[in-house]
Amino acid sequence: MTINVYFEDVNVGDTIPAWSRKTDFMHWNRYAAVNDEFIPIHMDDEAGRAALNEQGAFGMGNLRYAYIVNALQDWMGDEGQIREIGCQFRAINQKNDVLTVTGTVTEKLVEDGEHRIKLDIDVVNQNGDPTCPGHAIVTVPARS
Amino acid sequence: MTDSAPDTLVTDDMTERKGVWGSERVSPPIAESDIRKWAIAVYWPETPPPIFWDPDYAVTTRWGSIIAPPDFNPFAWPIVTPKDKAAKADKPKEKPKRRLRGMNGGQVETYGAPMRPGDVITMRNRLRDWEELETRLGLTLFSYSEMEWHNQNNELVKRRVSTAILY
Repeated sequence: MTINVYFEDVNVGDTIPAWSRKTDFMHWNRYAAVNDEFIPIHMDDEAGRAALNEQGAFGMGNLRYAYIVNALQDWMGDEGQIREIGCQFRAINQKNDVLTVTGTVTEKLVEDGEHRIKLDIDVVNQNGDPTCPGHAIVTVPARS
Repeated sequence: MTDSAPDTLVTDDMTERKGVWGSERVSPPIAESDIRKWAIAVYWPETPPPIFWDPDYAVTTRWGSIIAPPDFNPFAWPIVTPKDKAAKADKPKEKPKRRLRGMNGGQVETYGAPMRPGDVITMRNRLRDWEELETRLGLTLFSYSEMEWHNQNNELVKRRVSTAILY
């Protein structure tokens, strides 16, 4: 059992550890394989350019979403649970982008018997561009 | 079809389908190996947490077994691609009044019971609602589709509300 975060130890304004990946075909193809997501714009540069992305193929929004899940999971540990994630896909994930999930605690509350933490989240690229702003709600264990 | 500005982008078909759940799809039983491969792919190139692949570790957690990441898709790789039109109840059957452009406006997913090896997930979809607004793009339709997943115990696993922006 791994408890990374107790409710009492979290404060509004805290940030979660940055979670990063440099993304390319090695990542996209693996994700396509498990999610059955073999869509030409994610696999073929010509198809990407035909879709008006000059740099060619680009990454899946679903994989960016998975990175948000992973960042929250790694921060809160296995005794926590993700209750909600909402986000907007604002920018394209270009090949070799370094994507970093960020999160800031905005609220703590006890609701329906759960110790919940609300966060603002995003996935920023190496230029600092927000590509996936949104929010999350997780539950974590309490000491008492 | 014309490019003249219509009074509304809402079609009769949308009105007919509003709030009506489509037919259900049922996943194959989730295999432990499906979860392990999913976790490896989304954590690549690093090792995923053992809660997703190590049963000896997982039994020591509050969950008591391996669980899947909440974004895990048990409907990947169907033997038969669903062709039943009723299963696509959130897809328009009627052409809009003019050619529309669209973009993904984002999604909100809420999670209930975690998915575990052996679970069988049932999915249903509906066009939940919409709103029309004048934006810098002109008359713009924000269409909200809802998807629900339940497990074999009829526990809610996931609810997703997706926003499509059409203009």
